[in-house]
Amino acid sequence: MATVAEQWVLVEMVQALYEAPAYHLILEGILILWIIRLLFSKTYKLQERSDLTVKEKEELIEEWQPEPLVPPVSKDHPALNYNIVSGPPSHNIVVNGKECINFASFNFLGLLDNPRLKAAALASLKKYGVGTCGPRGFYGTFDVHLDLEDRLAKFMKTEEAIIYSYGFATIASAIPAYSKRGDIVFVDKAACFAIQKGLQASRSDIKLFNHNDMDDLERLLKEQEIEDQKNPRKARVTRRFIVVEGLYMNTGTICPLPELVKLKYKYKARIFLEESLSFGVLGEHGRGVTEHFGIDIDDIDLISANMENSLASIGGFCCGRSFVIDHQRLSGQGYCFSASLPPLLAAAAIEALNIMEENPGIFAVLKEKCKRIHKALQGISGLKVVGESISPAFHLQLEESTGCRERDVKLLQEIVTQCMDRGIALTQARYLEKEEKYLPPPSIRVVVTVEQTEEELEKAATTISKVAQTVLL
Amino acid sequence: MVDPGGGAVCNGTLHNQSDHCHRKNCTRNGMVKEAQQNGNSNFYKPIVESFEEAPLHVMVFTYLGYGIGTLFGYLRDFLRNWGLEKCNAAIEREEQKDFVPLYQSFENFYTRNLYMRIRDNWNRPICSAPGPLFDVMERVSDDYNWTFRFTGRIIKDVINMGSYNFLGLAAKYDESMKTVKDVLETYGLGVGSTRHEMGTLDKHKELEDLVAKFLNVEAAMVFGMGFATNSMNIPALVGKGCLILSDELNHASLVLGARLSGATIRIFKHNNMQSLEKLLRDAVIYGQPRTRRAWKKILILVEGIYSMEGSIVRLSQIVALKKKYKAYLYVDEAHSIGSVGPTGRGVMEFFAMDPRDIDVFMGTFTKSFGASGGYIAGRKDLVDYLRAHSHSAAYATSMSPPIAEQIIRAMKFIMGLDGTTQGLQRVQQLAENTRYFRQRLSEMGFIIYGNEESPVVPLLLYMPAKVAAFARHLLKRKIGVVVVGFPATPLAEARARFCVSAAHTREMLDAVLEALDEMGDLLHVKYSRNRKSARPELYDETSFELED
Repeated sequence: MATVAEQWVLVEMVQALYEAPAYHLILEGILILWIIRLLFSKTYKLQERSDLTVKEKEELIEEWQPEPLVPPVSKDHPALNYNIVSGPPSHNIVVNGKECINFASFNFLGLLDNPRLKAAALASLKKYGVGTCGPRGFYGTFDVHLDLEDRLAKFMKTEEAIIYSYGFATIASAIPAYSKRGDIVFVDKAACFAIQKGLQASRSDIKLFNHNDMDDLERLLKEQEIEDQKNPRKARVTRRFIVVEGLYMNTGTICPLPELVKLKYKYKARIFLEESLSFGVLGEHGRGVTEHFGIDIDDIDLISANMENSLASIGGFCCGRSFVIDHQRLSGQGYCFSASLPPLLAAAAIEALNIMEENPGIFAVLKEKCKRIHKALQGISGLKVVGESISPAFHLQLEESTGCRERDVKLLQEIVTQCMDRGIALTQARYLEKEEKYLPPPSIRVVVTVEQTEEELEKAATTISKVAQTVLL
Repeated sequence: MVDPGGGAVCNGTLHNQSDHCHRKNCTRNGMVKEAQQNGNSNFYKPIVESFEEAPLHVMVFTYLGYGIGTLFGYLRDFLRNWGLEKCNAAIEREEQKDFVPLYQSFENFYTRNLYMRIRDNWNRPICSAPGPLFDVMERVSDDYNWTFRFTGRIIKDVINMGSYNFLGLAAKYDESMKTVKDVLETYGLGVGSTRHEMGTLDKHKELEDLVAKFLNVEAAMVFGMGFATNSMNIPALVGKGCLILSDELNHASLVLGARLSGATIRIFKHNNMQSLEKLLRDAVIYGQPRTRRAWKKILILVEGIYSMEGSIVRLSQIVALKKKYKAYLYVDEAHSIGSVGPTGRGVMEFFAMDPRDIDVFMGTFTKSFGASGGYIAGRKDLVDYLRAHSHSAAYATSMSPPIAEQIIRAMKFIMGLDGTTQGLQRVQQLAENTRYFRQRLSEMGFIIYGNEESPVVPLLLYMPAKVAAFARHLLKRKIGVVVVGFPATPLAEARARFCVSAAHTREMLDAVLEALDEMGDLLHVKYSRNRKSARPELYDETSFELED
């Protein structure tokens, strides 16, 4: 009917209009008017918000008062009054003007004032100056760093090691480099603060198990396995990690590594071991908790430690297989975005490693001293010793708490102050009360070093015992 | 210049007659200190920052380059998977092959296929102090950058344009560092304890007092690592229910600190005051999302100098905004402390502002002071709070004593407390070197980003292949430069970044500029369309006849 379409004559259209029924015309007219109205009306938002006028906005800006940037801190907050050490924090320490024997700094192998370390650092200072002025990627890599990494890898008998310029940043950068959002991490409840920060930065799912309780961990792993079977596709890409410490700083206990390795292979989770306190302390040659239990070091995926305890320097390192460690060179935040370790500290760490390798007998000596003081402090009324007998950093807690943490802290502080008056430098274990997830009970930290003689250990034990008796009874 | 209003000129800056009553704190060491008196500066400094865009064909070729690299990457991955090409990367243990893979293969695609090709331009080991000249250890790769070996030769006296050595204080030992040697021999190196326990030495107290004096604030606190200063103190200052407004290009440590704090984070465009104001207004007026409760506090996080762009924060404008909306300001002066400002006191002095206007001063000692560590300074109640509640004070080891002594020595040097004006001369020398270097580079026709007073000079290269060629050729000519690409910069804006130092002599800078000139012609990286000539402008000549 092509011909009909061509003859749209006006006359015929007007005729059709007259012939159409009335309701048809009215309906069409209404529709046309509605369309015109819609075309010209304003658009409106779906969620009607009462828009404030400019004047109201200015008033709101005027009235708003923020909190002060920092809340006021009371003058006698324990953390405001630091113990000031004049001179080196070595075996004989001068704290707040009093001369004491140092039972508070983590100087396990007594290397803080070792002349060989100072000489090595001095040689490095003469050659390199102090700072490195750049991160590792931008001319901040010195041959000293490469040497130290080499030596640490050889000492721990792993393929590769990587060093960081600060102990805290080591584990706090290592964990987020591997574990991301969606991965699962099983961690001990007594893990130290650096691990907690690393876990928080990683945004992974955290599952806590009771301290050193392998049954609890197994229960959690089993639950996770059941979850995995429900959703195998997701399980294939979710990585699992177990983070433990070799020697726990908060409790002085050693982790049960053989059982952990068994659980690792049974449930296919990787182990990250934090050995800050056990490196240079446990094991026949000081290689840490893996040597202590006789476990093959390749079974542990990553060992992280800081060099601030046994090695008497500053910084930290991670060691393990190249497959694992090399990843941190591009994704460890504390490594890529921070200046490298000053070479004099690295040179001192190398010298400390030399000393550790030359006399492996000091580890046995340290263990002896730990056992001795552990026994000597056993009978004190009012205080109980928390920690293994071979742990050089253990705690003395109140046997019966008074019920209120503040009062406990005050009592312990009294003991610490009186001990310092009698020439034994101790300190309370300090925590940030509001930030810790599982705040350990208040305690006095006692640190044993190789330099302490038997008389000094005896003196410490008797002093603490006497002071505890006077204060607590 | 004579001011018709009757002011006098002193040291090149204009005084008004009314300032005579403040005469006694007016000049010290020959420098005028009127900035602290009533907050208004007597001179207006125009901010000259440029971020020129590249011509279109450059961007097209850049993306094309990445595209070709990616294609070849897929090809290589395919060949490696099918065993046709040897795989040099480390692999998982046999016993753990059935574990969930530690890395997803696509996560490392860029690293394996693009970064690996040009990896020799980074992590170059050196074996001398990072001064203006240093020694680079020569290394070669037999398997296309998968592994390196050292030939044993050392490339001596390479001009250092990469290390953050702004005032030239990182140098090998000389007699002026005697105090550092003494402290090392007395105190040793390690500390073995935290600030709260047994790790506060008298050296730390001395250093903190000196830092507070240097910055002209009430108190300061120092920490062992610059990165950790940010990541451990921002969570102590803000928490849930607070708002953080952070610049787009903030450093990883600021981003990490903001994330760890648990506060809400909103990002404003780089150095863009309209974007910041809009966010501030919306925050104050509408409060927290959904609940509409008011925010507890608002913290603005900015840096003094941004290391990848070379731009300087617009401090006067931010302070005005902060005062209007009652927010708090946190300035990270990692690059700007010691390197900008007439006496090296950082952006606060550069803009002649009152130190009381900035709430939290943060900085690091790595760059201008040749040491390591960081500080936070400000009002006494702020620092007291941080002493009690900072994560670093309770759980991390304190700073090593010889490093503290180096910082003390460097600060005294800059402040002139050692009895000489050499420190001040170095700050001025740095400013002069910066201006000269930037001016010559833009005359040559390179695209340079950033403020004309910032000693960090990014030179845009764009294409990934040119980045590698640039760094390698310059090393052959004994100049060490730093090149940066994705992911530290946007994908298409790879650049070379120069750090000018006060220790660079005019000859060194000229040698570098000459080499850059040739390199620019060789690689065709002179993309700028605003080339300025050094020749005098001849506008005022009325005729060009020889006899006039």
